[in-house]
Parts: sequence; C-alpha cells; structure tokens
Amino acid sequence: MSSPESWGRYPRVEQTTHPLVWRSDTLPSVSGTMLPHGLGRSYGDSCLNAGGTLLLTSGLDRLIAFDPATGVVRCEAGVTLDTLLRLAVPRGWFLPVTPGTKYVTVGGAIANDVHGKNHHRGGTFGRYVRRFELVRSDGSRRVCAPDENADWYGATIGGLGLTGLVTWAEVQLKPISNPFVLQETVPFENLDAFLKVARESEADHEFTMAWVDCLARGKKVGRGLLYRGNFAPPQFDRLPLAKSHLSHGSGLAVPMDMPSFCLNRLSVSAFNWLYYHRQNGKPQQRLTHYDPFFYPLDAIYGWNRIYGSRGFLQFQCVVPYATARDALKEILERSSRGGLPSFLSVLKTFGDIPSPGWMSFPRQGVTLAMDFANRGEKTYRLVEELDRLTREAGGAVYPAKDARMSAESFAAYFPRRAEFAGYIDPAFSSSFWRRMNPVTLPFSLEAERAAGAPQPQSVLALR
Amino acid sequence: MKKVLVLGATSAIAQATVRLLAARGASLYLVGRNAENLEAVAKDAATRGAAKVDSQAVDLNTFDAHEALVDGAFQSLGGLDGVVLAHGVLGDQVEAQRSWAATEAVLRTNFLSAVSLLTVLANRFEAQKAGTLVVISSVAGDRGRQSNYVYGASKGALNVFLQGLRNRLAKSNVAVVTVKPGFVDTPMTAHLPKNKLFASPEKVARGLLRAADSRKNEVYVPGIWALIMLIIRSIPESVFKKLKL
Ligand SMILES: Cc1cc2nc3c(=O)[nH]c(=O)nc-3n(C[C@H](O)[C@H](O)[C@H](O)COP(=O)(O)OP(=O)(O)OC[C@H]3O[C@@H](n4cnc5c(N)ncnc54)[C@H](O)[C@@H]3O)c2cc1C
Repeated sequence: MSSPESWGRYPRVEQTTHPLVWRSDTLPSVSGTMLPHGLGRSYGDSCLNAGGTLLLTSGLDRLIAFDPATGVVRCEAGVTLDTLLRLAVPRGWFLPVTPGTKYVTVGGAIANDVHGKNHHRGGTFGRYVRRFELVRSDGSRRVCAPDENADWYGATIGGLGLTGLVTWAEVQLKPISNPFVLQETVPFENLDAFLKVARESEADHEFTMAWVDCLARGKKVGRGLLYRGNFAPPQFDRLPLAKSHLSHGSGLAVPMDMPSFCLNRLSVSAFNWLYYHRQNGKPQQRLTHYDPFFYPLDAIYGWNRIYGSRGFLQFQCVVPYATARDALKEILERSSRGGLPSFLSVLKTFGDIPSPGWMSFPRQGVTLAMDFANRGEKTYRLVEELDRLTREAGGAVYPAKDARMSAESFAAYFPRRAEFAGYIDPAFSSSFWRRMNPVTLPFSLEAERAAGAPQPQSVLALR
Repeated sequence: MKKVLVLGATSAIAQATVRLLAARGASLYLVGRNAENLEAVAKDAATRGAAKVDSQAVDLNTFDAHEALVDGAFQSLGGLDGVVLAHGVLGDQVEAQRSWAATEAVLRTNFLSAVSLLTVLANRFEAQKAGTLVVISSVAGDRGRQSNYVYGASKGALNVFLQGLRNRLAKSNVAVVTVKPGFVDTPMTAHLPKNKLFASPEKVARGLLRAADSRKNEVYVPGIWALIMLIIRSIPESVFKKLKL
C-alpha cells in the first residue's frame, strides 16, 4: 500500500497508518512516534512522519451540535470544511475563515491556523475556535479555550499537530444573507500598483487576493489581477439558500500523473499572457457563487497530479510592508530567471489582527505563494534561496507549504518555538519538525519499524 | 422509511445509512453496544437534520431484552415503518476452528440475535400490514470458504431465514430486503491493500437505501458482486474444495 502523501507529493516517505474511529478511543501505543493526519492538503512534510505512524482522522467525521441561532458548530476534528459548508450555508452561515480549498479538516485548519482571503478583516481560523479537546499520549484529555487551559490552547493553534490529537472543536461561524459574492477584478501593472490597489481594496472589501504573472519582467514585475469581493447583500435573497450547494467540482478530475513536459516555460507564459489580457485592462464586476470564488481549484479534483509523479514544491512567504516591495521583486525575479515557472502565484495582504496561536504563520505584511514543479536540485536550490531572501527581509515562510526551509530560518520566523517545544507530546513528531530540529538519535526509527511491522491481512477474509 | 429502527448503529455501514436517512428528515431509533459511541452517532444524525433521534445502548446478545427494545422504539417514534439490522461480528476463523465458544459467539450475534429480533419485528409489521425490514448480510453467506466459513455460515443461515420470512410476509405488504455487501472500505480495513473491489460505506449505504426504497428482495452492493458471486457459486464443488479461498 502506498503511504499517505502530502499535497505536493514531495517528499515521499514511508510510514505506518493508524485509523482513528471514535473520539472516545485512547491513542494507540506505537513504536516510534505518531502524528495526526487530516486530508494531506499541506504541501510539504509537515503532515508526514517518515518511519513513524500517521493517525488518520478521517473517521472522526461526526457533527456534534449546530445552533442555527448563534452559528456555533461543534464537530469532530476530521470533519471537512466542505461538510460544514453543506450544513451551514443553507441555514445562513459561512466559515469565518477559509483556505483556498474546502477539502481540509477542522483539525488540519487548527494545526496550521489557516488564513483566507479575509485576513485583513478576520485574522486566522484559530480566532474562531472557541474550544477543543486535546488528547495526549499519556491518556490525558483537556478541553482548551481562551480561558481554560489557555497555554495548551495557544500552543495547539498553529501547533503543527505536535501537541497532541484534537478530537473535537467548536467553531463560531459568521452570518451571510445568501451564498453569492459580489466580485470585482482589477488588473494591476506591477508590484507598486498591487500594493496600492490592495491597500485601497481592504477598506471596502472583506475578501481580497491577487493572481500574479510571475513571468513578467522589468517594469512589469508583479503585474496581475486583484480579486476583491463581499458577500452579496440581502436583496439577492430570492435566490434560494437551500439550493445553494452547486455540484461544482464534480465533473473534472486529473486521471493520472501528467508527463512533466505539459508544464514548461512556454505553456506557463502563454497561459499567463492570456489570463492577464482577457481583462482588457479594465475592472470587471460580477455576481458569483461562493464555490468558484473561494475554491476555484477544487473544481479539478486531484489537480496536484498535473505536476507528474515527481510532485511539486510550494513556497509561501510573508514579508513586512517595510521590505515588501524590494523583497518580493527580488523573489519574483529570481524565480522567473531560474527558468522554473510557477504556474500559479498568489499575492495577498495580511492585516495586524493577532492570532491566539503561538506558532501562527500570518503576520502583518504581504504574502506571496508560488508553485514549482519538482525538477530536483535546481528547484530545491531556488526554494532555499527564496527562504533566505525571506529571512533577510524579516519575513516568514509558511510551514504548511514548505519542504526546504532551513532550521535557522525556522528559528528566526517563529520566536516562540522554544516555549512551544515544551508543549510537544513526547510521542508525537513529524518529518518537518525533525528537519527543523536536527538531532542524532541513538537508535533508528526505520530499523525499529522494519523489525515490528505488522503483517498484512488477507483480503480474502470476505465480509 | 420515515420512522426507522437501526440495530448496530455504530457500524460503518449503519452510520453512513443513518446520515442519509437523517438528511431525508427521518426519525430514528438507534441501538448499539457502546453508549458513548452511540451518542456520537445520534448527535451526528440530529445535527444533520433527523426529525427525531432516540437511542438505546444494549448488547443485542441479550435476547430477553428484544421485546422491550422493540416496544421502546415503537413508543419513542410513535410507530415504525423501517428497520435496518446492521449488527454483526466478523469473528476469527482460526479461533473458531479451535473453540466452539468462539464459533457460538459468531452464530449468536450474526444469526440467533437477528432471528430473535426479526421474530418480534415481523409479527408487528405483519399486524400493521406495512413496513420494510432491511438486513445486512454478506456475500460470504453465498458459499462456504475455508478462510471464513463460520462467519459465512451465520450469514448463509440468515439468508435462508430471510427468504422464508419474505415468502411469509409478502401477502402482508411487508418488504424483506437482504443486502449483501462485498469488501467495504471502513476505518477497520484501512491498513489492507485496497483494490477496485473495495466500496466506501457511503456507497454501500446508498445502494442499501435504493434497495429499500424500491422494496427489492436480495441485492448485492455494489452490483458487481452479483457477477462475482455467480461465478464463485458456479464452480463445481469437486474443484472448489481444492481451491485456497
Ligand atoms: C489548493 C489549496 C489551497 C490552500 N489554500 C490555503 C490558504 O489559502 N490558506 C492557508 O492557510 N492554507 C491553505 N492551504 C493549506 C491547507 O489549508 C493546510 O495545509 C491545512 O492545514 C490542511 O488541512 P488537512 O486537513 O489536509 O491537514 P493535513 O495537511 O493532513 O495536516 C496538517 C497539519 O494538521 C495536523 N492535524 C490534522 N488533524 C489534526 C488533529 N485532529 N489534531 C491535531 N493536529 C491535526 C497535522 O499533524 C499537520 O500538522 C491550501 C492547500 C491547498 C491544497
């Protein structure tokens, strides 16, 4: 059986899996270490545990309670944001913060303290987590909230799955009057123009984010399209909420790994040119369903396979406003010069709303996310270079999207990491965490696993 | 099915069925062994839109309690028009070969307790001249194989019992639906190597409800198992006994 992968499909590692079924169950005793695993929508190695065990949370997918009057939902940690939307939208509620895919679990959203297009208004997901239960390998269970076990609450939000298993959580949703978004698309011709239009947009728009043509050069570095929007006002109420769940995304799927020649500099630049110019340089406004607005990529199931079997690396950084212009220019130019096009690059501004999570990634400034097909050493060197540039600019790299940042960078990005380390469950670890904290072990996890690996059972034990 | 009793509600297939019934706004009476887990399933159903959810934690191997259990379900929901019988154990074939106690445990749970419950339920449904009894059996009941014939025998016996029951209740407008799933991809089988034959509990649940809605007699879910089992049943015994199945 193939071991679970992360979304970037790099690195590939072998690990044992242990499915969780009931939130009342105790954690298994394993040789080596364990790590919760949601839907594997993290790109790098933060949701992997090479040589150890992954606790699969997809069985913890029950709803516990939903109050349509207050918009508070309580559910098990393996419930997906998609499930929450199906429950909440017809009743007039929406996720307070959502990442660019709805196929993530509540546990995964907490562990990475995910952000969305509304960070400047709403901050991160963790701010809306009212309570959750944390189970540790010593058998202890704690309900954590801002005023109850507050330290565990702060350590676990953004805690990369290392503080223990979240079994259930209670999330405050936000009211909407209908499932439609009034969206405006504004072209900008370079980074300076982006910074200007992004700041302006923040005042009147709850959601903003920009696609950037990362192959544009010279004066055009950082040109792109800014998308901004708000949930449509109540006059659209006649469009029935109950029928609000379009079966968007059910049709297309990437059936297999695509050969890597499909993605080259030429195809990417042709795509980017077309994409930018279909706007004719003018702003456009339209009413759109929330699904394509928030989750355009979910329409193509398994799109990560277009990068072929070697996978791809994502790089997402945030840099403070003070250094943003120069640093991002440099980062964009490096990646375009490297001859390794990023198919999808996204710019967004983060506001100054603090997260309760000690290890939360978002902070005030400008964030840029890029995808790079995995071409081996060349790609690794580029991403490492971008990490270095980010560190020099006083920014940070997002662990959920990372496969190459250095341990020194990590230490610089997350000043509370030492305090956090004291809250890590001794039986938990991840490939990412070991990469960030290299130590030499007196024993080999791989050897232990090989010795104690369970026998595969016969599939002929028909049920 | 609007008012449904679900026996073995914490099993993966039953849970998936409960979700579909809840989404339709059905009223549910859920029975399972572990009170805490049963509560989790009940709350999930209530949150997903069930009109009413009641539950009771009992060990269905206490046959004496069956009459009262069914009474409780009728009272709680103000009548019943559907039953999904989903409890069962896989058992351990090797252990069963060694010990009668282990064999008996499988037969008690999968066959005897089902018969006891269906005896009470069939009489009620016959009297009210309405209702659908859905029973989850298995493809394993179609032919005995060395790898799990004790489990297979419990399901095979159940299938024959259901045939008779169906024959008896046909004139009373009561449907008896035998559902035979193949491999199911439950959290319990997550460590097994998967092939195309594994179906999700959701898929099995959809097939189950489709069969119940159209009051089918015997269905394989997914349908491909009808073909597979046709082939397996038609292998001559003289050949079959030499196969390692
Ligand atoms: C197309 C796409 C767009 C994205 N857009 C955004 C975006 O806009 N903003 C953003 O912030 N992120 C974004 N992401 C990243 C994604 O939101 C995060 O990686 C998210 O955490 C993935 O959740 P998951 O359920 O797949 O968890 P996994 O990736 O499987 O795991 C993530 C982390 O959560 C931990 N974890 C999972 N479950 C539990 C639990 N029950 N208890 C404790 N720890 C747990 C794991 O150990 C791991 O550390 C995007 C990803 C994709 C594929």
